[in-house]
Amino acid sequence: MSMTMTQKILAFHANKESVVPGKLIMADLDLVLGNDITAPVAINEFAKFGVQEVFDKSKIALVPDHFTPNKDIKAAMQCKQMRLFAAEQEIEHYFEIGQMGIEHALLPEQGLVNAGDLIIGADSHTCTYGALGAFSTGVGSTDMAGGMATGKAWFKVPAALKFNLRGSLQPWVSGKDVILHIIGMIGVDGALYKSMEFCGEGVASLSIDDRFTICNMAIEAGAKNGIFGVDEVALTYLREHCQRTPVIYEADADARYEKTYDIDLSVIRPTVSFPHLPENTRTIDEVGEIKIDQVVIGSCTNGRISDLRIAAKLLNGKKVNPTVRTIVFPATQQIYLQAMEEGLLKIFVEAGAVVSTPTCGPCLGGHMGILAEGERAVATTNRNFVGRMGHPGSEVYLASPAVAAASALSGMIANPELVEVN
Amino acid sequence: MRAKGTAFRYGQNVDTDVIIPARYLNTSDPAELALHCMEDIDLAFAKKVKKGDLIVADENFGCGSSREHAPLAIKASGISCVIASSFARIFYRNSINIGLPILESPEAVAGIKNGDTVEVDFSSGTITNTSTGQSWSAQPFPPFIQKMIASDGLINYLRQEN
Repeated sequence: MSMTMTQKILAFHANKESVVPGKLIMADLDLVLGNDITAPVAINEFAKFGVQEVFDKSKIALVPDHFTPNKDIKAAMQCKQMRLFAAEQEIEHYFEIGQMGIEHALLPEQGLVNAGDLIIGADSHTCTYGALGAFSTGVGSTDMAGGMATGKAWFKVPAALKFNLRGSLQPWVSGKDVILHIIGMIGVDGALYKSMEFCGEGVASLSIDDRFTICNMAIEAGAKNGIFGVDEVALTYLREHCQRTPVIYEADADARYEKTYDIDLSVIRPTVSFPHLPENTRTIDEVGEIKIDQVVIGSCTNGRISDLRIAAKLLNGKKVNPTVRTIVFPATQQIYLQAMEEGLLKIFVEAGAVVSTPTCGPCLGGHMGILAEGERAVATTNRNFVGRMGHPGSEVYLASPAVAAASALSGMIANPELVEVN
Repeated sequence: MRAKGTAFRYGQNVDTDVIIPARYLNTSDPAELALHCMEDIDLAFAKKVKKGDLIVADENFGCGSSREHAPLAIKASGISCVIASSFARIFYRNSINIGLPILESPEAVAGIKNGDTVEVDFSSGTITNTSTGQSWSAQPFPPFIQKMIASDGLINYLRQEN
């Protein structure tokens, strides 16, 4: 029976020769993730389950990244509950403030993700790790509780969509533009329940950070997961971060896809998603005049070092428009340090931007950059739903770090191609 | 198992951020979450909803975040069932896991208006609009999922099964 990459990983973890789409399986988990919002609910459910210990102390990751550093007393109580649970259960991968980063940038960086892994996380953007050839998907807190107790979860084997990439990206165009372009094309439920498999000769030209960004937003098309094949780019990253030997799955030549999309990377333009759905995309040439109040550069989607380098290149030696509050969030402490050593943080501060500790805060309207009624933000984050970044009457425009930085300079949504770089 | 109540009718792509905005996620107390359920899309919902009422919506209900607080808030607000043309996958899974009944039926959704009285029989999957007399059959849940909902969620179900 021919299978896709995703189906092969699921079959292996369910101890089966093969699986077919629609089949319900029980599978072994390599990692179970939770954060300060979802883990407290899971910990309460875990307590009801009646087991004393988690299935494996080394296969659970707990990351206080959403409302941290603690934004208020209630958030502090949730973090405390997770911290006490981690201590009591001797969870090896608990990341306290100081080591903490945004979970989906942190886990690969810390070597907790290997090619061929099966990972669940009580956070919808857990699908990010497909960039390294893992099957990873977002679940809720109860599934996380079940996973922590038993090391297993049930799955319905997904059918697949194939995205055949060719060519290479133009300057100032990045993985964010690719995934926004795709979501604009197939819609926010265009991949509902399915896996998105990215392949073709164009993949080789995409950096690992571009791939993380693309897989990160697979959920924004409704997908169960996004996944890339494991090539030299992925192997180089894994060698630098993960001590385990990569387990590489390739789709069979006759693997079945419900649909194949051919995408020429070289014609993708800088792309912006207008409120209030990620599918409302326009190319930078079609945006018109949109005045903005805030720019957010960071998040699990675009807070990696290459994202910060792009933003710094555009902001170098310039000042952001005084009407635009510009907030930069390196995704992890390591990225923060690297950005400091490369002089990027100096560029941001001199440009009039603020640099924050790693946190998910503004992306979900939690803290550290909430919008007032009627305000607009250009953000490198992943969702622009009603009220996502604050007041229900505010607006979020999703874009790449390049578009965000160019917009910070101009005060309107702007084309990075028109910025004169120092 | 049956449900009967008034339909709150919404459109497509109702996301988890409007079901329960993140600004309220510093608690996981279902009763407190219920006070803000649907707030950013329908400010009156939390005040008007009565025990047994239903939410009826178009495609991709529950898209976005994995927050289980979304189905928890809906359940704690007294909603007995969500009927949608389709559901986002994490929301679907979370609803079953916490014991919130949900049914997929584009036909029923097309035939139900805001304020209609709707009755659902979970064992057969029959949805009836008692305001108009029309009825439809949705795919009923397999027995293990019916049991999970009756046990008030995955964890209780697993404990009972073991």
